[in-house]
Amino acid sequence: MSSTKRTVVVTGIGATSPLGGDAATTWEGLVAGRSGVRPLTQEWAAEQAVRIAAPAAVDPSEVIPRPQARRLDRSAQFALIAAKEAWADADFDEKAADDGGVDPDRLGAVIASGIGGVTTLLDQYDVLKEKGVRRVSPHTVPMLMPNGPSANVGLLVGARAGVHTPVSACASGAEAIGYAIEMIRTGRADVVVAGGTEAAIHPLPIAAFGNMMAMSKNNEDPEGASRPYDTARDGFVLGEGAGVVVLESAEHAAKRGARVYAEAVGQGISADGHDIVQPEPEGRGISMALRALLDNTDLDPAEIVHVNAHATSTPAGDIAELKALRKVFGDDADHMAVSATKSMTGHLLGGAGGVETVATVLALYHRIAPPTINIENLDPEAEANADIVRGEARKLPVEGRIAALNDSFGFGGHNVVLAFRTV
Amino acid sequence: MAATQEEIVAGLADIVNEIAGIPVEDVQLDKSFTDDLDVDSLSMVEVVVAAEERFDVKIPDDDVKNLKTVGDATEYILKHQA
Repeated sequence: MSSTKRTVVVTGIGATSPLGGDAATTWEGLVAGRSGVRPLTQEWAAEQAVRIAAPAAVDPSEVIPRPQARRLDRSAQFALIAAKEAWADADFDEKAADDGGVDPDRLGAVIASGIGGVTTLLDQYDVLKEKGVRRVSPHTVPMLMPNGPSANVGLLVGARAGVHTPVSACASGAEAIGYAIEMIRTGRADVVVAGGTEAAIHPLPIAAFGNMMAMSKNNEDPEGASRPYDTARDGFVLGEGAGVVVLESAEHAAKRGARVYAEAVGQGISADGHDIVQPEPEGRGISMALRALLDNTDLDPAEIVHVNAHATSTPAGDIAELKALRKVFGDDADHMAVSATKSMTGHLLGGAGGVETVATVLALYHRIAPPTINIENLDPEAEANADIVRGEARKLPVEGRIAALNDSFGFGGHNVVLAFRTV
Repeated sequence: MAATQEEIVAGLADIVNEIAGIPVEDVQLDKSFTDDLDVDSLSMVEVVVAAEERFDVKIPDDDVKNLKTVGDATEYILKHQA
């Protein structure tokens, strides 16, 4: 590790997810092993093969006033709710220019989504067809652009050091946080608001993912449908929401006396170079990302006690990840409590890396690993490669410095591994 | 039947309330859409489209820039409504 690089810490967290409208409620739901998956009762759902999803527990319309909401895509609404919470949690109240706690020229925002404003695009196309050209909303472009959530969060806090949106399907949220860590490590910014968001519960994405055979069709048992590592897993359940963290240089955080949840140690990134949607079955790309993480940071595998796995509940992907962990960490994988929180939240696509980073940071802060629910028959290949936290939350070591990983992988072969550590 | 000045102001107040969240009683003839009522250029397009529909009137884009106040819009609609 280069000694010129700066240490980065997490000083604020926010989330709105299928388990709760804020980070605390989301965390409670995760530790309690609650499922956020529900039957889809909308009229359009009747003809779908997939009729389940994990909607946000608190609809954004309950939080954001209507005049503001009508010019924001739902994905941007989630991002703003989570960012606002994280920003206040970090003890910043106003826009950077007014707060005094951070120089706006040293403040960034990096919020990503996998699909962007898909519901706006589709809804406005319906307006065009049904009501004509004149009725298409003049807000359509800023609403549908994938950088919309990032730009809106940047405006919320007054960020001027750079506002970015890395897009890598279901790895987007994690890539955003990794990018933000690098912005601080390399000295471009002192504080960055970073995370992921997604709002794609709409007939077209559900039909499209359904036709790819990527989603669970276990409509009869919504709460049991997302079952990573179970032998009967049959695909992911689509979730929605956002998770956002405030990242800060350790020096900046210390100077203003900020509470520190954890150190954001760094990231490892790779590409499978294998297939546009299928994961490489032996997890070679994932192994490479894990090795890159170890090469780029001073992380010691002996410290890693928890992994928030990508594990979406697909037959191939869940096992490839565990094989990679075993291959790279060897016997050290024995002391890593692996949790697949998508068993409760469903898969938030670009939002997953955001919400799961919040979960990973809180797991370290509270020293508790949330469970993987719905495992009736543990896949023997999962059992052979990893220590899965099954059924109930598990305590992590109460003393000493501990670290945790958050894995996120995306269609296109993107692999992003983030590491956090207690301070 | 054509709308009266009072009906047009009331209608614009409803529209501005829906789009910008401004209380209806604040929408008065002398109020500027941009400076007083939180209606920016994009939202002004929404106000215009909603007004066209409500009052059965066409407001070409070139004319929109002249509608600075609620009074300007009311006068325009009174003059051009079908």
